[in-house]
Amino acid sequence: MVKNKILRFIKKNPLATIGALVCILFFLVAIFAPLIATHDPLAQNFANRNRPPSSVHFFGTDNFGRDVFSRVVYGTRISLPAGFLVVIFSCIFGGIYGAVAGYFGKMLDEVLMRIVDIVMSFPSLVLAMALAAVFGKTMSNAILVIVLVWWPKYARMMRGLVLTVRETEYVAAAVALGEKKSHILFSTVIPNCVAPLLVMASADLGAAILMFSGLGFLGMGAAPPAPEWGAMVSDGAKMLNYWWVSVFPGAAIFIVSISFNFIGDALRDLLDPKLRNLE
Amino acid sequence: MNMLNYIGRRLLLMAIVMAGVVVITFTISHMVPGDPLVANLGQSAMSNPEIVAAYEEKWGLNKPLPEQFILYVRNMFKGDLGTSIRTKRPVLYDLSVYFPATVEMATLATFISVVFGMLFGVISAARRNKAADQVLRAVSLVGISIPAFWLALLMLYVFYFRLNIAPGSGRLSLAFLSYKSETGFLILDAIKNGNMALLKDVLSHIAMPSIVLAASTMGLMTRTVRSSMLDVMGQDYLRTARAKGLTERQVIMNHALKNGLIPSVTMFGLSYGSLLGGTVLVETIFDYPGLGWYAYQSATTLDYPAIMGVTLVIALINCVMSLLIDIIYAFIDPRVRY
Repeated sequence: MVKNKILRFIKKNPLATIGALVCILFFLVAIFAPLIATHDPLAQNFANRNRPPSSVHFFGTDNFGRDVFSRVVYGTRISLPAGFLVVIFSCIFGGIYGAVAGYFGKMLDEVLMRIVDIVMSFPSLVLAMALAAVFGKTMSNAILVIVLVWWPKYARMMRGLVLTVRETEYVAAAVALGEKKSHILFSTVIPNCVAPLLVMASADLGAAILMFSGLGFLGMGAAPPAPEWGAMVSDGAKMLNYWWVSVFPGAAIFIVSISFNFIGDALRDLLDPKLRNLE
Repeated sequence: MNMLNYIGRRLLLMAIVMAGVVVITFTISHMVPGDPLVANLGQSAMSNPEIVAAYEEKWGLNKPLPEQFILYVRNMFKGDLGTSIRTKRPVLYDLSVYFPATVEMATLATFISVVFGMLFGVISAARRNKAADQVLRAVSLVGISIPAFWLALLMLYVFYFRLNIAPGSGRLSLAFLSYKSETGFLILDAIKNGNMALLKDVLSHIAMPSIVLAASTMGLMTRTVRSSMLDVMGQDYLRTARAKGLTERQVIMNHALKNGLIPSVTMFGLSYGSLLGGTVLVETIFDYPGLGWYAYQSATTLDYPAIMGVTLVIALINCVMSLLIDIIYAFIDPRVRY
């Protein structure tokens, strides 16, 4: 029964299946990075700078003679957690914020949602860059500033979800039982909105990783010499004849983000009732 | 009458949001660690007590925060966004120099993404779940997922470094560097004066960055158009159209398109602002002297007046855009209740 369902999903969503497999592969790489990497990702070797890909250095070496393959492998330990942390923190903050706005409504809702409008009207990358420059360029600050520009999206989603759940009978029952409003919000309303919010948010993992590596590329992300993919692309950007220095880490970002987007696309279709009726 | 009310209400909301934007930029520029005087004047000007005193007076730095805020707003209405530490010029002047370059690029990118996004989206919806649909959806996902800075480097590598058929960077070739623009918009200049050599040079420089910038919006546009077309195509009036014996082509072209493209108006408005912001990565790589390039240079040198100027301008454009979109929407979609 379950097996049939899975098979049907795979047949209907070949791209999502590929995406899921690739993501699992990258997670395994992150977990077993020390076993997979052929060199120390930070070890410099100036005698061996900018060497093209070979059987010793699969992806060649960079300007400091570091092994690009090992750096890409260890880079999974930076970019994947960063993407997840951005989405999780944005969801927690934006989710509670949106739930409060949607549940209590009226003036509070009006004020809270105007603040969302304000933050959303800022250009996210420019604002993130400005904030990263203020806070200092570290990996945790990069995550923090992306969360600061990202949470409004989830606040809007959550508010929408809460507005529908608020009208359900089980919430009416809780009200009739005389429970406190804040108690109903956290014990009845929010738990019923979390699952759809998380599904929607997971579709953003690819975008979160893109944004994080974009900051890294601009030199506002994880501090060197950490093997962060965006920063690695930027290492090679000024020397096009050593293409391998930026091509491989860039490809890693691209593959991870498109895999998450393959999954996200299927999830979106699944959640969209209009599209479901058409199939 | 209702419509006027609606527009009035929207204008009021926009004013509130804009005020909030100003509060936030003010807060961030006062969050700069260390002495705000050093942050805003730069180390060298600090040694001159006259400059320091004049600056303190102008921005009210010795007064309480609320008063500083009022001065900040008053100076802003006078068009004074402060002086850039890096370029030593008024920020507003700098913006007027770099803004047209970015508008040219963002407009071209919007054009590319709208044309291809609509085309791909409509085809994708018409051929739902067929091979063409799968291919176009994959293409749009590639556009959304590819890091802009990486795509830019790949294109530079292939078309500039290997094939040498495209210029590497900048907005103009060396031969035109002394060219003084009348409007700031080089494409307009060239067309107005019939200067074909200039036009060719500008277009060859702007082509690659615009394509890179357009990639992700094109993908989002395809997705939006596809899903709204599918939504429309499931509706009763299309079944009626088919029942009348119209061909599928006529059904789509004459009936579905009109309603199916309405949501893409929203996409269009949202994307223009995000394209302006997205120029940071693209302009940095192509050394294209626009707003994004200016923002990046300012951020790396902690040039606060400058980067807040860019942020403010783009945020205000976003506000105006979303107002325009809402008004257009109310006109073209009779279901909108106002």
